[in-house]
Amino acid sequence: MTMNELEAPRASRLPAGTLTPAARTPTVKIRPSRGLFHLDLQSVWLYRELLVFLVWRDTKVRYKQAVIGAGWAVFQPLISMLLFTLLFSYLAKLPSDGMPYPLFAYAGLLPWNFIAQATSRSGTSLVGESHLISKVYFPRLIIPLAAASAPAVDLLCALMMMIPLMLWFGVTPGWQILFFPIFLVIALLAALAVSLWFSALHVKFRDVGHIIPFFVQFWMFASPVVYPVSLIPERWRTLYSLNPAVGVVEGFRWSLLGQRAPSLETILPSVGIVLILFVSGVVYFKRMERTFADVI
Amino acid sequence: MADIAISARHVSKEYVIAGINHDTLRDRIAYTCRSLLGRQTERGVVPRAFQALNDVSFDVMEGEVLGVIGHNGAGKSTLLKILSRITEPTGGEVDLYGRVTSLLEVGTGFHAELTGRENVYLNAAMLGMRKVDIDKRFDAIVEFSGTQQFIDTPVKRYSSGMYVRLAFSVAAHLDPEILIVDEVLSVGDGAFQKKCLGKMDEVRRDGRTVILVSHDLPVVASLCQRAILLRQGQVVGDGQPQQIIEQYMSEAFTDSGISLADRTDRYTKGELMVQAIAFLDEKLNPVQPVVSGQHLVIRVHYQCHVRKVFKDMRVMIVVNRDERAACIFSTDLVSRTPLDLEGSGYVDFHVPHLPLCGGRYFLHAAIENNTLTQDWVQYAAELQVLDGDYYGTGRMYPHDGWRGKGMFVDHSWRFERTS
Repeated sequence: MTMNELEAPRASRLPAGTLTPAARTPTVKIRPSRGLFHLDLQSVWLYRELLVFLVWRDTKVRYKQAVIGAGWAVFQPLISMLLFTLLFSYLAKLPSDGMPYPLFAYAGLLPWNFIAQATSRSGTSLVGESHLISKVYFPRLIIPLAAASAPAVDLLCALMMMIPLMLWFGVTPGWQILFFPIFLVIALLAALAVSLWFSALHVKFRDVGHIIPFFVQFWMFASPVVYPVSLIPERWRTLYSLNPAVGVVEGFRWSLLGQRAPSLETILPSVGIVLILFVSGVVYFKRMERTFADVI
Repeated sequence: MADIAISARHVSKEYVIAGINHDTLRDRIAYTCRSLLGRQTERGVVPRAFQALNDVSFDVMEGEVLGVIGHNGAGKSTLLKILSRITEPTGGEVDLYGRVTSLLEVGTGFHAELTGRENVYLNAAMLGMRKVDIDKRFDAIVEFSGTQQFIDTPVKRYSSGMYVRLAFSVAAHLDPEILIVDEVLSVGDGAFQKKCLGKMDEVRRDGRTVILVSHDLPVVASLCQRAILLRQGQVVGDGQPQQIIEQYMSEAFTDSGISLADRTDRYTKGELMVQAIAFLDEKLNPVQPVVSGQHLVIRVHYQCHVRKVFKDMRVMIVVNRDERAACIFSTDLVSRTPLDLEGSGYVDFHVPHLPLCGGRYFLHAAIENNTLTQDWVQYAAELQVLDGDYYGTGRMYPHDGWRGKGMFVDHSWRFERTS
């Protein structure tokens, strides 16, 4: 088919001169943006296909020319699990709320690896894609969104490994598994909440690129990945639960392993913080977005 | 009457220069602390505002092809970035009626590890195309680029020519109602360039609205119906492309208003420079404008700024018209005598019968040897030429259509009847 055949119906749809300029609404309005809450989120929806393409690109490029390819998504948490079991269970004798420690660790590593990956990739994503930002328009939110979503593919691969592990340890999931998708979304929100702030700051302050690795390392030990929340003294627990990752990790364990339900005092502050950080992150991002192309 | 496709009203863009660097948090914290203490920064960094665009207004009608020209720093790129929504204006508003695609480069977002096919999808999605539309056009894109055989090979194994062809091909098949293009036309080899220009022409004939930002004046002249000229962020000319190009070129150096010796927009080693250029008649009296066919002397003054003999140099003048070289005068072309320059002085080029026809010419000047350019100034001088009786027959060009084109060439003819 030639180009002209394709164009013909399109050209006839809007015959020139049928509408006066005053009666037409512009397809694109360019204005200096004002106000904090002009978020224009529907444009992100319009570009959803690009989001999918970018996630797919990140995943594809990541595992290209790797012999075991996406197998790495399973191996990494598996090796961490073995290491943690050796270190923290056999040597340090950390409790695991009555669960077999390897299973306990793996169920914690699933969300944690996702959050860590998503944060470090998404936090530096804008600067990494600076050539796009200065050359082509699309809603900038797509970039950190795609970078934070791509590790979800790894998460799903790693999740598959959960099945043989649970069979091995003879643990069957209960009705709680129905809540799993909700915690998956909260995990994504938690990663985005942090990385929207990071990525927007990173455009202006390159220090952020150096801070993120430390931050992620510190964050892991501040989250109940290798130890259970019950280890934290009661009176510190609310403060501890202000960590956005706490609710996610606890939620994953509960919905997958059906261990005792996490107390609302740990889940609620954590999820609340996630929502606050996420909304403020979007607002801040949209505010900084105006000058990304000038500053980057 | 056609509808308005683009309407720009009082568009301004201001950059804060000092604050725009990649500050470090440390700098920022230190700065904040100091200003809290009411102390000025030692380095005296005061944010300065720079007005890249200042109250720019214009309309583009549906189906119109508008060229935007101007010197570097005149605000062309800023305007382009605002129209493409890459950056926001700080004032004013723009309305675009129709699907817009802007091309600031070809192959934006191409990833070396991905195959040609994958990159086509990714690139087209970035430029705002839906997957179903890409599916429909995929074959046409690949065929236009001529990379059928390699479409499933990672583009890192492509030759640079193939890469650019595939990238341009995606851009060429976007099918927008409004197309905003930066100088992306100058890609690929000659044959492919021709194909691209053909595609541009097709876009124009289809009645699309196009904004073309370019240095390539002949392309602007041939493709655009209208042109605007930007200077220091303002529209200073709007009209017929040819007329605007003339204005642009005359500004090329009346604008500078400084003597050739003081010009800094030159490529120079600083040791040996062109000081001035003068036009003289055969009695060595200054003359301007000159007339076709007259005896013209172009005097090029030079000055050495170091005590040194510059051996075996050549002094060269390139005469340009409409951004294209019309002819070249060079000391080493007409004589094998080595030219050694020291101190200061001048070189006279004698042109016994000036072969240039009426019009406005611009001269670039160079002093160089075979290995090193000492000084190279573009738009070093302007030469006004009036149509004259070059052949001494009392006749000029026979038709108006020929006036101002080509050059006079000495020739003769002989008639012989063979049957």
